[in-house]
Amino acid sequence: MVTQKAGPATTTGTTATEGATTAPAGALAAESKVRIVRISLAGTATLWGAVVGALALVWVLYERVLPFSGVLGFWLCWYVVFLVFYAWMARMQWDRRDVINRVTTVALAAAGAVVLLVVFGTDLYTLVRGAASVVHPNFWTQSLAFAGPDSPLSVGGVSHAIVGTLEQIAIATMLAVPLAVATAVFLSEVGGALARPVRIIVEAMTALPDIIAGLFVYALFILTLGMQKSGLAAALALTVTMLPIIARASEIVLRLVPGTLREASYALGSSQWRTVWNVVLPTARSGLATAVVLGMARGIGETAPVLIVAGMTKEFNFNPTSGPQISLPLFIWNYVHIEGVTPQYIARGFGAGVALVLVVLGLFTLARKLGGAAPGELTKRQRRQLARQGARA
Amino acid sequence: MAVAVTPGPPSAPSDDRPRTIVTSVSGGDRIFRFVMRMAGLAVLVITGLILVFLVLRSLTAFRAVGFHFFTTSTWFINTNQFGIAAILPLGVLVAVIALIIAFPVGVATALFIAEYAPPRLRRTLIAVIDLMAAIPSIIVALFALYFVMPRILGTAAWLSHHLGFIPFFHNRLPNAPASYVASTFIAGVFGVSVMVIPIITSLCRQVFSQAPQGEREAAYALGSTKWGMIRTVVLPYGRAGVIGASMLGLGRALGETIVVSFILTPIYFFNWHVLESGGNSVTYMIANRVLDAGSKEISALFAAGLILFAMTLVINTIAAIIINRSRSGATASAD
Repeated sequence: MVTQKAGPATTTGTTATEGATTAPAGALAAESKVRIVRISLAGTATLWGAVVGALALVWVLYERVLPFSGVLGFWLCWYVVFLVFYAWMARMQWDRRDVINRVTTVALAAAGAVVLLVVFGTDLYTLVRGAASVVHPNFWTQSLAFAGPDSPLSVGGVSHAIVGTLEQIAIATMLAVPLAVATAVFLSEVGGALARPVRIIVEAMTALPDIIAGLFVYALFILTLGMQKSGLAAALALTVTMLPIIARASEIVLRLVPGTLREASYALGSSQWRTVWNVVLPTARSGLATAVVLGMARGIGETAPVLIVAGMTKEFNFNPTSGPQISLPLFIWNYVHIEGVTPQYIARGFGAGVALVLVVLGLFTLARKLGGAAPGELTKRQRRQLARQGARA
Repeated sequence: MAVAVTPGPPSAPSDDRPRTIVTSVSGGDRIFRFVMRMAGLAVLVITGLILVFLVLRSLTAFRAVGFHFFTTSTWFINTNQFGIAAILPLGVLVAVIALIIAFPVGVATALFIAEYAPPRLRRTLIAVIDLMAAIPSIIVALFALYFVMPRILGTAAWLSHHLGFIPFFHNRLPNAPASYVASTFIAGVFGVSVMVIPIITSLCRQVFSQAPQGEREAAYALGSTKWGMIRTVVLPYGRAGVIGASMLGLGRALGETIVVSFILTPIYFFNWHVLESGGNSVTYMIANRVLDAGSKEISALFAAGLILFAMTLVINTIAAIIINRSRSGATASAD
């Protein structure tokens, strides 16, 4: 995006022509950078004027004059009044086209702000409400085996659910990742007539109802094959949900690997699987890692697939293959939704929410760390390694 | 992939024939391609298996009530009076309300990220949208139930009082906060929409950022403002992608389970007065009843799940076809 703000230069306060007029033709040394001024005093003042004015008017009307109430309604009204004010004030200074441009800019930015607010609001609220129970050390070390509905928060914890979550996500990742990456390789490297339907089904499966995965595992493994409700069944359900997510993300990453690298490899006489194994996959390593970790973050928070097949327990169960095994989301589901009768249970539910949010945030940060590099871009360590190899050779 | 080229006879330049290119795939490559193809096939097989097992398990229910499964709205298992005539449309209602919120917010956020945000903010916002997709639905459900619901009741009452002449917003229940809790409106407006926004945003953003640079510059060169450029270049270019993304969002909204379960109080008649307390969905029924159900009810729930699965699969597949068509030829961006 080089061309910013190509609108009417005089009305928006842009001074794009300045640089062109000062530099005489032929004098390369005098060439100065064209500065495109995008923030003008008038623009900023109009924006803030509208913000404050709308706030004042809505406060008077909403809180004092009209019989309205509700926090949400207040801010909705404020936003509508703000847009009207802003458009009105802008109309006094600029032409119609510019006003429309400015108002849409503000409206679109507001959507981004709302999304930010929702993401952080949701996480922060959970952290704040859960603080009461997570400050007790026993919350992280004990199971709920000796805690009843009315037990104080200093007894019992969620560590059995943490164990379940970790084991289930580990199994699901081990099952889903090879299959998903192989599917992605198939879609981007092998192709053929089959690729199109597979790509479409993978895309469609990413938005599949979560609970259907649970129903499927319940029907196949528990009702038909006679398996017990267990952590393994839950992991299988998670696999079904994670598979399309990882496959789709991986395919996008693999498609970004430059074709010239593949051609170079073929030109050196290597076979296709050698090329994929030694060129394509290592080049896309960081992107693939991101895809996998994001898939894990999605899987770890899934409640619907596991709630039918994991079973319910208050005790430690380290063995995923037999007996019910609870996980963090299922813990919240059970103690807030199913048995949410006592404040203690709800507090424990929020505490488990804190653990879940922390795990997801942790995985997410890891994904961003891993995914910082573009395809083929080397990390510092890899670069040092290469330099050392070069020195030795 | 070894390519053997047999050149044509060099002595006769007038006799210009295309060269015959013989591609011989080595044994290792053949195995490699076979294995990868099987992996791709596995996804289709899993989808097929889901369908097969849902059908198998729902046979009992369909045998018991037959076509009445689609016309009965009550859920009395023992007297064979059960069906999805109420719960399926109620679930669709939640999804549609969610989409009414999520569509403008998602598309606007995508436009802001793709067109307006400076590079640093853009990277941050992309990460935030990814994070939003990764927020567990149960966390959203907690937030919706304990934070949003008490605060949205006033707005719901306001809508009912002042826009009650629109049938959708009319609340026939007595004027008390309890008449507004656990409504379809609340579940859709906050909970489910939050699950849908990241899907719509990230797909739309990818489509928008692929709008051809030359045409953007052409619009600017003709004196267009930024919004003018977006309206005439980016939005027409991304139309198919936006439609596909919204449909995929609809599929996701139809399948949302946890938020719906936390917010709604189940009802068994179709009620399009969205502000009134009570609602339902197929996912709600499955999640909340399957653990205590007898074998016949389980079969009924499988039948409901089958209908939901078939519906979302059709919607999502059409959406995926549209998205793939709009994306074809262009390289997708990684983040």
